[in-house]
Amino acid sequence: MPDRRDDFSVAHMAQLARLRLTADEELLYTKQVGDILEHARQVLSVDTSGVTTASSEDEATGRTRSDTVQPSLPRDAALGNAPDAVGRSGHFRVPKVLG
Amino acid sequence: MPLWDWSAAALHARFAAGDVSALDICQAFIDRIARTNTALNAFLTIDADRALGRAAALDREVDRRALGPLAGVPIAIKDTLCTEGMATTAGSRMLAGFIPPYSATAVQRLEAAGAVVIGKTNCDEFAMGSSNEHSAFGVVRNPWALDRTPGGSSGGSAAAVAARLAPAALGSDTGGSVRQPAGFCGVVGVRPTYGRLSRYGLVAFASSLDQIGPIAHNVLDAALLLRVMAGYDARDATSAQDAVPDYPAALTGDIRGCRIGVPAALVHTGVDEPVRTCFVQALEVLAARGATLVDIAWPHASMAVPVYYVIATAEASSNLARYDGVRYGYRTSGSPVLREMYERSRDEGFGAEVKRRIILGTFVLSAGYHDAFYVKAQQARALITHEIESALEHCDAVALPTSPTAAFPLGDRLADPLQMYMADVFTVGASMAGLPALSVPCGFVDPRLPVGLQLVGRRFDEATILRIAEAYERDRPWGASLPSLPS
Repeated sequence: MPDRRDDFSVAHMAQLARLRLTADEELLYTKQVGDILEHARQVLSVDTSGVTTASSEDEATGRTRSDTVQPSLPRDAALGNAPDAVGRSGHFRVPKVLG
Repeated sequence: MPLWDWSAAALHARFAAGDVSALDICQAFIDRIARTNTALNAFLTIDADRALGRAAALDREVDRRALGPLAGVPIAIKDTLCTEGMATTAGSRMLAGFIPPYSATAVQRLEAAGAVVIGKTNCDEFAMGSSNEHSAFGVVRNPWALDRTPGGSSGGSAAAVAARLAPAALGSDTGGSVRQPAGFCGVVGVRPTYGRLSRYGLVAFASSLDQIGPIAHNVLDAALLLRVMAGYDARDATSAQDAVPDYPAALTGDIRGCRIGVPAALVHTGVDEPVRTCFVQALEVLAARGATLVDIAWPHASMAVPVYYVIATAEASSNLARYDGVRYGYRTSGSPVLREMYERSRDEGFGAEVKRRIILGTFVLSAGYHDAFYVKAQQARALITHEIESALEHCDAVALPTSPTAAFPLGDRLADPLQMYMADVFTVGASMAGLPALSVPCGFVDPRLPVGLQLVGRRFDEATILRIAEAYERDRPWGASLPSLPS
């Protein structure tokens, strides 16, 4: 059960969230986010036994449109803000996956 | 009275009547921004050429009265809304230099109504903050006291309107980010019902909570902007198909028989005494105009902030996963491997508050904790929603202070993020319930800092809370007050 402060690891969360934190950041956020999490744990004590549905159900669920091609962003516009794009082929260029 | 001190409605009326040109109106605000923005840092981008060009085009139209209801009116846009061809940073280094290839629906509709977008306003990074101290481009200062926060995250928009750098502005509100800065800056700010106004083109923070809203000197202007922008948009899957009422026409001034619910227990603790005094006096004005005050209960009010921060950070951690240095935004240099590029780009591009929220959000969604935290929080959210909606069966609107305090000094809460989050205690409830809410100025506390009265309404009943607010404003036009700034 998530009822202990020491089950929270900033390093692990940073890894999941693809953040390369500095040592100072890790130390600071362990304290700060840890404090916020302790406050947030109050949520666990709320009596929701009478609640039948979670609030995340979207009333608009199920609204569809026909599967037809519609105008979309021109390729040059889509590439326009890329840090490194190959306009000729329409690719975003990135470093290699494996070192 | 100088042009920059006129309301949006009045400016449009004068333009439509031929009394003043759109060019003169636009230039008046551009000049005022040039004199005043340095002290406030409210604007990040001004596109004077584009705005003046647009104004000149309006002036060339033969029949001004056939133009839209906002023709000639300059508008400032919070930098979390995309504006085609104009820099949009969301207050973040991650999007420095980003030029959107499209405009948000809300912006498109304002421009179709003849409004002139004058520039982009500063905000807390990715709309995460309550003081506008988390922008990558410097803090925004409150026009009423330059050593104080304007509130956040729409601090730039609220400060711009309060200082008359624009007659009206757009903000975005996730947990209170239109209402709270409106309260701190002495202007009107409206958060519509969830789904009332399209989120297409709004940089996403928490998708089940985000809404765009108008900020203006007075309720009529806010109602005008809301009417122009509201309504179904096929490009937003959560957009409501409910008809849009004529909000300005609802401002009759008549609130006789209106029942206003007040959670007395909530207001009597945790609110600064001078703020509570302004709030109580505002209720007395409403009662004198024929409204009935009703005591209501909100048993789980104290849970609103922690529930909000579980849900909002969870959604933020998901939404901000798109910023990876690949397709747009900041990319670190010198990383030979893709994963390192992701990690360094995100660590270098995001500020501390954003990283804190991503970390917390990742945790509450992670394996072993998702059901206990996130699902539980959504159930608690349903409970809180039910409590507010039940209260609204016995009253037409709920009244609360917008914030428990007036604007606090810059730097005061930076070391304690949790204390900063508590500034949202009265605003997150309406956000989570998806209900419309607004802040209207209700007085000043020492040393001349504005205080806001918040009204929360039933779903899609913006008209009632606008009507109550405007009726109050007829007796107490606090929004007409002007801070002392270089003119």
